[in-house]
Amino acid sequence: MTVFFQSLVNALQWGSFYALIALGYSMVYGVLMLFNFAHGDVFMVGAYISFIVATALTALAAAGTIAIPGWVVLLLTIVCAMMLNAIVGIIIERVGYRPLREAPRASAAITGLMIGIILETGVLAIMGAQRAKFPSLIQSVTYDVGGVFITNKKIMIVLVSIVLMLALDQFVKKTKWGMAMRAMAFDYTVVPLMGVPANVIAALTFAIGSGLAASAGCLFGVAYPVLDPYMGIVFGWKAFVAAILGGRGSILGATLAGFLLGFIEIFVALIFPSTMRDFIAYSIILLILTFRPHGFFGEPHSARLRL
Amino acid sequence: MLLKVENLSVSYGRIPALTGLDFHIDEGEIVSIIGANGAGKSTTLRAISRMVKVEPGSKMTFMDKDLLKYPPDKVVSQLGITHVPEGRGIFGNLTVKENLHLSAFARKDAAEVKKDISRVFDIFPRLKERYTQKSGTLSGGEQQMLAIGRAFISGRKIMLLDEPSMGLAPLLMQNVFKALKEINKEGAAILLVEQNARLALQFASRAYVLETGSLVMEGDSKKLLEDPEVKKAYLGG
Repeated sequence: MTVFFQSLVNALQWGSFYALIALGYSMVYGVLMLFNFAHGDVFMVGAYISFIVATALTALAAAGTIAIPGWVVLLLTIVCAMMLNAIVGIIIERVGYRPLREAPRASAAITGLMIGIILETGVLAIMGAQRAKFPSLIQSVTYDVGGVFITNKKIMIVLVSIVLMLALDQFVKKTKWGMAMRAMAFDYTVVPLMGVPANVIAALTFAIGSGLAASAGCLFGVAYPVLDPYMGIVFGWKAFVAAILGGRGSILGATLAGFLLGFIEIFVALIFPSTMRDFIAYSIILLILTFRPHGFFGEPHSARLRL
Repeated sequence: MLLKVENLSVSYGRIPALTGLDFHIDEGEIVSIIGANGAGKSTTLRAISRMVKVEPGSKMTFMDKDLLKYPPDKVVSQLGITHVPEGRGIFGNLTVKENLHLSAFARKDAAEVKKDISRVFDIFPRLKERYTQKSGTLSGGEQQMLAIGRAFISGRKIMLLDEPSMGLAPLLMQNVFKALKEINKEGAAILLVEQNARLALQFASRAYVLETGSLVMEGDSKKLLEDPEVKKAYLGG
């Protein structure tokens, strides 16, 4: 029983990463009808930006006369990284995807893969081949809850993720910008006729998705402090699967699917040798998709998908 | 002159859809373009609302401003040209309320928007009953009312209407056109595109006849109703 709860805690943390990345995938897919295949690498860039910001802030705090508590540095890092990565997302949309708005979706997919390679090799060129060591911002504290070990970092990661997801949900449901995004998901051709600047909404969608990916990158750095330029690839593909599993453009779907992926992976690894983890985990997901090809909350025969 | 279109040409790929259209609409006027399926009626409206690229040499002037300098959303929010597209373009996943508020996206005058929304409810009381409902669940007629209501809110120097009669029962259609007359009386010019030529000619004061991408006739719509050519081609003899 302790093993079960221990795995549950681990799965919640692991699922948080998947869910945060999957949200960006799903939103772009929902609003703009394209898969941003560079999104895993956007997550990686977000992790590196967090690394740079955190390192700089730590150095400042060490050199300065005022002592900034670690959790303040962490919060500042998350906020800064989200904003900076949002700009990265806006640039990707502007340079990579906007010229292809009317092009066949395959062109956008190829572009996405190329943007991914550029981001990977770009980071490699700038940061060098050695792995980056994410600074330790907060002291790790472990609580023993009836034999289940919970660290303060895990609690923080899950809490921050949930807060961000709820904030996103409210934004999309309550604000006029969110309303425009939902309208665009339904029929992007009519949106400008309402006086809504569709390009701004597209950029906003990329900004939010990239911001969330940066938060995942930062939280990942806190939990697993070693970064490398190719870390985003596998995460990206898995988050893509989560986005599909959740259903096109569904925030709740992407979130639940992200967590489900975390659970399946962790629990499969509990029973089977770890080398078989992904093989079995993704076979299960393939099976689910066979019976629900449009995912949990997607609509069957989504109207205009041209891929 | 409110809108002046000169030498308007549009092509889809290598296939010409419109070739050298000249027409105009005066302030407060109701003008109709009639023509068969595929004559280019919808394309004409799409060109005005900047949804399709126009060929070089085309010129469109709206209230002395070069319309081609405005991107599609600014055509609506800055010039006040609204387009009710074919098939109505309702966002079915949004509620009636959200659809109406979305059309006020670029407006900063919240108090006036509120007034306009209640004016829409005066014109179409049905929409008030359906206010919090998902608009995808509305009937075709109600969706048409919503589409016109949205256009009323987003700015209304001129309304471009693409087949508003399509799929509506006769009684409902009369209601919709009565409402349009009312909106017109409040100052909005109307450019109406219709396959139902009789309806369009009875509603408009002036009309153009579009045939395979060119305007072949124009004039007072009462006169066109009596014209033997028009009668034969568009009014069923």
